[in-house]
Amino acid sequence: MTHVLAHPLAGQVLALASPGAMGTGEKVAFWVLGIIALGCAIAMVAARNAMHSALFLVVTMFCLGIFYIIQAGPFIGMAQIIVYTGAIMMLFLFVLMLVGRDVSDSLIETLRGQRTAGILVGLGLAGLLGGGIARALGSIDAKGLEQANATHGGNVPGLAALMFTRYVFAFEVTSALLITAAVGAMILAHVQRNGEKKTQKEQSRERFAEGNHPAPKAGPGVFAHSNSVATPAILPDGTRSARSISPLVEPRELTAEDTRPKDTLTGGGNQ
Amino acid sequence: MNTSGLAGLAAGGQPAGFGHDVWWIVLIKVVAAFVLLLLLTLFAVVFERKVIGAFQVRPGPNRKARGFGWLQSLADGLKLAFKEEIIPTLADKPVYFIAPVISGAVAFLSFAVIPLGPEVSIFGHHTMLQVSDVPVAVLVILAASSMAVYGTVLAGWASGTSWPLLGGMRAAAQMISYEVAMGLSMVAVFMTAHSMSTSEIVAAQAHGASLELGVFTTHIPSWYFIPLLPSFVIYFISALGEGNRTPFDLPEGESELTGGYLTEYSSFKFAMFYLAEYIAMVTISALCVTLFFGGWRAPWPISLWSGANSGWVPIIWFLAKTIIFMGVLVWIRATLPRVRYDQLMKLGWKVLMPVNLVWILILAGLRVAARNNDQTKYLVLAGIVVTVLLLVLVWPEKQKDDRTQLKREIDTGVGGYPVPPLDLVVPPNPRLKRLEAERAEEPVGAGSKGSAGSGAAAGGPSETAASGGSEE
Repeated sequence: MTHVLAHPLAGQVLALASPGAMGTGEKVAFWVLGIIALGCAIAMVAARNAMHSALFLVVTMFCLGIFYIIQAGPFIGMAQIIVYTGAIMMLFLFVLMLVGRDVSDSLIETLRGQRTAGILVGLGLAGLLGGGIARALGSIDAKGLEQANATHGGNVPGLAALMFTRYVFAFEVTSALLITAAVGAMILAHVQRNGEKKTQKEQSRERFAEGNHPAPKAGPGVFAHSNSVATPAILPDGTRSARSISPLVEPRELTAEDTRPKDTLTGGGNQ
Repeated sequence: MNTSGLAGLAAGGQPAGFGHDVWWIVLIKVVAAFVLLLLLTLFAVVFERKVIGAFQVRPGPNRKARGFGWLQSLADGLKLAFKEEIIPTLADKPVYFIAPVISGAVAFLSFAVIPLGPEVSIFGHHTMLQVSDVPVAVLVILAASSMAVYGTVLAGWASGTSWPLLGGMRAAAQMISYEVAMGLSMVAVFMTAHSMSTSEIVAAQAHGASLELGVFTTHIPSWYFIPLLPSFVIYFISALGEGNRTPFDLPEGESELTGGYLTEYSSFKFAMFYLAEYIAMVTISALCVTLFFGGWRAPWPISLWSGANSGWVPIIWFLAKTIIFMGVLVWIRATLPRVRYDQLMKLGWKVLMPVNLVWILILAGLRVAARNNDQTKYLVLAGIVVTVLLLVLVWPEKQKDDRTQLKREIDTGVGGYPVPPLDLVVPPNPRLKRLEAERAEEPVGAGSKGSAGSGAAAGGPSETAASGGSEE
């Protein structure tokens, strides 16, 4: 279970936060989780079922969150798990569930050679990114976390101090952008309602208002000759209730032959 | 384990007293927490059934052979493990299998950061009575609960039938909404305790802080449920939603969705969900105690005794408080009906969240006022007064709907109550005469064949059809 791991790691990780040295705990965690994260990322692209794709993405994101934690960024790691893995991927799942569970990708390539090209371009991009980052970070002089944490007395206060002083404008602009997007989506998806929606109270009053029958509508076939949906119900006063049948169904009167009890055992010949 | 390198990080790293346990102490603590949760679950199931029984004036589980019912949950659990497992044909097997595993594993996780007591000595080693603590311990609990949603949602989806799917979709929307409200309600606690670590939050509740409000200074009680009452109320309501408890247990909704997301589960997988649900109940209560009720600290009259807050004794206070809160959860379940889905969403997004945000803003303003010099203090106080006045003045009046007004004027009966008219004459049953005639005609104990009356082909198997036919 994770909390068995969490404890030794949480202690070790902070000791390992100094630059340069990479301890055993961090190495083990990195290689185990790195393989899982990468494998799930590939599986996400390869999976046929959209729901399975989303789940593989969840695992990848979860691993990323743990990477942040083992790199002594507990707050950002937890935020990754809560916000991305917990909330955003859950919204993905929600939408996928609305689509239906049997939707799968077709195996047919719409563009000829697209798959091969995709793999090649992907490998190229990975090479470029990896090479660029490796070159850029190879000779970097890491200051380490101790110094950064000492300034504000910890990882979380340091993050808060930066976010609400130096980066406050960028932070607010990003949130304004997100809210604009959300409001825009709501406006696009909004459907104009004809008139106001009746409340439960109003519906109840309407039901008991004069000229309305408060009881549920009689179901088709109630007190009728047969239980066919085409047979109107007979009200207590003997009249046939037009409300009991769907307007789409053509009502019909049953003949004596139709209403004759049909004994299935004797083939109907009991008269 | 690794004491080196921790010294420099004391301020920002591990909370005091953590991170230097020997491995076997960690193992003991993990196993103890696991066992404690299992025992609490066994207790909670019977406790809930007995309390609800008392509410409904019946005994609840009371078999003498099972310790007057107290072993009922153990018996049920053992039985569940040996029951036949039925997996629906349409189920998505891997996901169907993994959903209860997620639910069960994650449920245990949150309890690891709950402090059960102060520093104690186990076989000569001094250790905190808590499996682990990190600077972001409360976020660990939030993360665990956001992962727990996956168990529910995937169970609903993977079952391959409609009702679980509906339950799963409800869970997805409900739990995200209520998690936001729950997280916001904890912000006030973080602001007051200056920490997100559970052990430090408990420590911060040991002594009442003094708060300068403008010109006068006031001492606020130490347990946060008094100074942070709005947060406590919102936490409790949203925890009900997050923990899937009545009146917000819509994902299960047995009256609408049979069993919701766990309809198609049986045997041990069902037991896992059941376990997770009751552990969630324990965790909700334990977290509530930790955040708002002083954690393991003894309540006032007992805290006068000097030994009340040291050693192993505080576990008693912690468990007592937790069980009281579990009792409140059961009380709520026995009292309140399940809310409708749109009501649930409306409460979450339109009430809990805005109220919480405003409350955090006010609290932050008060804190700034208390900390800074006089000028800022008066500015903040003036700002609050002006905002309240503006809100009162500018608050839009509720528009009177003409349509509703008109409806109200329609007389629906005596004094507005929907009653049938007083001069109602019930028409005689037109079939009464014929039914009586039929009964008289039919010999007693006659078979279905051969005894047919004139019009009514009195068929034994289909009495209604026969009597209907006679009307033609």
